[in-house]
Amino acid sequence: MTSDALLSVENLHAWYGESKALHGMNFTVRPGELVTLIGRNGAGKSTTLRSIMGIVGKRTGSIRFDGQELIGKRTYQIARAGIAYCPEERAIFSSLNVSENLTLPPVLKPGGIADSDLLAQFPNLQRRLKSPGTKLSGGEQQMLAIARILRTGARFLLLDEPSEGLAPVVVKEIGEQILRLKAQGFTILLVEQNLQFARRVADRHVVVENGVVVDTLDAETLRTDMDRVKHYLGV
Amino acid sequence: MTRYALFALFAVLAVLAPFQIYPILLMTILCFVVFASSFNLLLGYAGLLCFGHAMFFGTAAYLSGWMLKHTALSIELCFILAALAMAALGWLVGLISARRGGIQFAMITLAISQFVYFLLLRAPFTGGEDGLQRIPRSALFGVFDVSSNVALYFVVLVFSVLAIALFYRIVHSPFGEVLRAIRDNEDRVESLGFQPERFKILALTLSAGLAGLAGAMKAAVFQIATLHDLSFHVSGTIIFMTLLGGLGTMTGPMVGAALIVLLNDELAQFGEWALIIQGTVFLAVILFFRKGVVGEIKARFWKPAKS
Repeated sequence: MTSDALLSVENLHAWYGESKALHGMNFTVRPGELVTLIGRNGAGKSTTLRSIMGIVGKRTGSIRFDGQELIGKRTYQIARAGIAYCPEERAIFSSLNVSENLTLPPVLKPGGIADSDLLAQFPNLQRRLKSPGTKLSGGEQQMLAIARILRTGARFLLLDEPSEGLAPVVVKEIGEQILRLKAQGFTILLVEQNLQFARRVADRHVVVENGVVVDTLDAETLRTDMDRVKHYLGV
Repeated sequence: MTRYALFALFAVLAVLAPFQIYPILLMTILCFVVFASSFNLLLGYAGLLCFGHAMFFGTAAYLSGWMLKHTALSIELCFILAALAMAALGWLVGLISARRGGIQFAMITLAISQFVYFLLLRAPFTGGEDGLQRIPRSALFGVFDVSSNVALYFVVLVFSVLAIALFYRIVHSPFGEVLRAIRDNEDRVESLGFQPERFKILALTLSAGLAGLAGAMKAAVFQIATLHDLSFHVSGTIIFMTLLGGLGTMTGPMVGAALIVLLNDELAQFGEWALIIQGTVFLAVILFFRKGVVGEIKARFWKPAKS
């Protein structure tokens, strides 16, 4: 374990019912870092985020966040510890409009972004406040899903494939938002399949294969040694 | 402005109604409107199917009936105390059931309601199979005589309006937003830092209190409280009313309750055939009005603003 790590995952195993999805994950994330989990479909990247949030059925090992052990804690306790999670499916509440979706999350810790500042940072949402949340475009829904977790005061963000299914121009916009969040001091663990996107935003890349970490690449390696990366991803 | 005009019109009609329509029928509608709203708070807004919701309605009828019959408490106090007792029972049921969702929640509430049913059947103060009969209507505030149907109608009307106002306030509050979000995706709500079962317990507490008020009023209206009030048949009827009117709409279950009470009143002359006709109506609603009467009207004629 790295002593200066904000998040430290050690020997993490996770199950969905009888099916084992993680087989001993080990990695760390330091404060202010933007780390991606990359790997093939089904490698266990999203499961890792869900395990950190306590959403999977069963998990063993150790997940230490800011000095606290998260294994054994319930999801809401993990959120209150200062971790915010934006799932792959975005999970916009269909019964609520944009404004309600945005202001629903509770302020759990000091330092959350005020609603007015959120709207300034995500101007697209300002124009659609009364629209049903699920009537937004994919990009707008993604912006909403990210924006609403920022008011809780969490400084550690888990983002699951924010670029998935979006047009390149929207992906670029999302990337800029993520870089802006990093510049604001957020620590981010990002699951990403889009290598271009990952390369553009991340400091480090953790390669996941069959539920274990097989390599850790710095940003420079990802830029210069694409063959190695392609080998892992099978592209 | 239109809204205020509608309220004014409703107020005038509500005041004039008992002089034109049989007050017992009107009070029955009001009791079931409150009962259906309480059920709607759970199923329509929190996504919790309480299969034994009549336990709150029926137990409150017994409590209110017993207090009216054996104590000197005024009628409004009997209503309020019965509603509060049911809120406490709802809280207890919530503690047992709120960690579960879906069919498990439905089955737990059904089991508890059966337990309450047999408890009341055996309890010495309920009158067993005969129930409580000839329940008197105590004076309002201990002063005003409300023994006539018309006078009692206005008491029931005021309590019903207050109950609906409370229901409106609940579903339009931040608490109501969290309930709707829980209905959409409970895991997601928890990952935002909420403890969903706390909200579910509070929803059940409030819903049981409203159902209790409805049952308490019903005991005074019919001057009788029986085991039928907390039977599975009544729990089923309230589900029917809610679905008929429109699940998750503010007014749908109220409309559904009024329609069923009126339908039952009209069909009473046909005896057993009434149930067959009711079943046919239910089938037609499921097939042709899948969102319920109000839900369909809303979907077809009301478009939300674009921005």
